[in-house]
Amino acid sequence: MSTLVFFIAAIGALTGAIGVIALKNPYYSVLALVGHMISLAALFLLLRAEFLAAAQVIIYAGAVIVLYVFVVSYVGESAPTVGQNPGRMAALGAFACGAALVVELFIAVLGSGLQAISHDGAPYVAGFGTPAQIGTLLLTRFLAPFEIASYLLLVAAIGAVTLARRRRGLETGIEGRPPTLELADLLGLRPQGTGTMHEAGGAVEVVEP
Amino acid sequence: MSIAWYLALSALIFGLGAAGVLVRRNPIVILLCLELMLNAANLALIGFSRMWGNGDGQIFALIVVVVAACEVTVGLGIIVAMHRRRLPVDVDEMRELSG
Repeated sequence: MSTLVFFIAAIGALTGAIGVIALKNPYYSVLALVGHMISLAALFLLLRAEFLAAAQVIIYAGAVIVLYVFVVSYVGESAPTVGQNPGRMAALGAFACGAALVVELFIAVLGSGLQAISHDGAPYVAGFGTPAQIGTLLLTRFLAPFEIASYLLLVAAIGAVTLARRRRGLETGIEGRPPTLELADLLGLRPQGTGTMHEAGGAVEVVEP
Repeated sequence: MSIAWYLALSALIFGLGAAGVLVRRNPIVILLCLELMLNAANLALIGFSRMWGNGDGQIFALIVVVVAACEVTVGLGIIVAMHRRRLPVDVDEMRELSG
């Protein structure tokens, strides 16, 4: 039974992965990633990682994918495809690199001579992989990584807001130069009144430089 | 199922993700392919965690999920900033940072 579930989920995960890299429309790529994530969650359940399976579905297939969908609907369709497509040779080279990586990993794993990887794993102890066990580990042995991860999330959230903030008056480039993304934009050197919540509400008259 | 099967699947997904990063030019899809690679690593970590009957690998995988979420947030922020500037959303056109 677990063999059957493994192969179904593995085929789902591989199909999802191929879909992500093969589909032209970014929307469909994101959708393929959802299928991939859900198949992976099934595999995590087979490996007795109940909490991580749930977290995978909630965080990835829920929150992260919603973020992707918003950005794709904001950017994706209008993405100009300037220049010609990468040639057949470039694509073949990329897939050759991927295949070489897979072969290398196979050699590394199967040639490692580890006895345990050809077994089903350690005997199952009740409570393995449950939220209770994960929580105990996070708040005892792994307290420092847990706290650092929370700081990392805070920094990433502030960084994303700073990067993606609306800045009026800077969109067309300065004095005919093509628009670029510069350090000054991130440090807040911008026309008076732009990049504020006030401006987003339309309450500020932007002074053109 | 022996753990080797999970490791083989993880290697396949990782290779697909790496090929996707090399072959696609839309930065959003490149971020999706990075997710594939991180997920492959997660599968291997959880497989090893099961192999030893030890929860440490699962904590590691959880931290990887957090780091992936941060990477996505900042990456998508950069893409939105590029779009706001009317810059082409195409990694082949964005050469300035590569020196």
